[in-house]
Amino acid sequence: MNNDLFTGQLVRLAAINPEADAAWFARWDRDTEYIRLLDGAPFRLIPVKKVKEEIEKEIEENAANACLFVVRTLADDRLIGFVELEGIRWPHGDTFVGIGLGDRDYWGKGYGTDAMKIVLRYAFTELNLQRVSLDVFGYNERALRSYQKAGFVIEGRQRQLLLRNGQRFDCIYMGVLRNEWLAMNNFQ
Amino acid sequence: MNEQLFEGEHIYLTAIDPDKDAEIEAKWTHDPEYLRLLSADPVRPLSPGQVKKKYEDMDKDAEKYRNTFNFAIRARADDRFIGFIRLFDIYWTHGGGKVQLGIGDPNDRQRGYGREALRLILRYAFDEVNLYRVSAMTFEYNTAAIRFLAQAGFTIEVRRRQAINRDGRRWDVILMGLLREEWKRDEGAP
Repeated sequence: MNNDLFTGQLVRLAAINPEADAAWFARWDRDTEYIRLLDGAPFRLIPVKKVKEEIEKEIEENAANACLFVVRTLADDRLIGFVELEGIRWPHGDTFVGIGLGDRDYWGKGYGTDAMKIVLRYAFTELNLQRVSLDVFGYNERALRSYQKAGFVIEGRQRQLLLRNGQRFDCIYMGVLRNEWLAMNNFQ
Repeated sequence: MNEQLFEGEHIYLTAIDPDKDAEIEAKWTHDPEYLRLLSADPVRPLSPGQVKKKYEDMDKDAEKYRNTFNFAIRARADDRFIGFIRLFDIYWTHGGGKVQLGIGDPNDRQRGYGREALRLILRYAFDEVNLYRVSAMTFEYNTAAIRFLAQAGFTIEVRRRQAINRDGRRWDVILMGLLREEWKRDEGAP
């Protein structure tokens, strides 16, 4: 039995500390490219204090059906992003997952994939879920490749859902089933 | 320009009446089949008081977030409350929204009421709210809904494999979509 559920090859998942971490989130929020990869809501800037309150609200209101972690590097314990299981539907064993690496220095180097692999292991071996779902914007090819490496397959695309700089993009849905994940990770 | 957005041939759309309609919807919530066709949430019967509270919360949310339009469907013949239809989760910056409808009493289904209501809400979505696309969610086992939406022009876009568990079997959650240019405006007229 693996009792080191929160540690991967490059990163570990840790509890978020709203007091200390809000400033990092607020800094990342100023990076428009990052936000547009992460979220379809209109871009806006909010003060650090409000960021902290929103994190606290998120943790409190969704305690029963969400798990929010920060992603820290194993090498130097640097805070580089977050990953969250959200909207867990307990009766059906389904959840959505969201991930963001705010620190651009860690893009394209396997850190996000590693964090996703850890959270999938948590979803399947600790929460005993049946599947994990996500959606990714059509222009986010780096994320799409990362999710495929972690085991997700494309389940369809909502056509032209997003309007960015005058151009329409699909929203791609992906999912990984429990039995697919178990086979991939050599479980019996 | 057709100004009558809420008038169908056999049905019309109105606001929900939290007092009178709650009595009727509370009866529908005792029909598990109806609820399972509509939603993945665990089936739970509600009292008229609970339904009324739900309506009031829906109104509050609609006021607060400004991204939802809720309607009651009423039969023209006797002004009876027969179902609901709503345009919700409107994604203003991208011009998207979702549609959901339910006809509560099985005797009122397969009579074209839902079809008329869907025509009205699509015209409302595309010609009044000026959306670019409308999405709908349903389940693999709700073959009537899949057919119904396809007839209105919707395309299956996503199959979230085995995302719902019913009676020990897993079923796909199906997402469908309709783009403005695919929508047949002429069919929107009563």
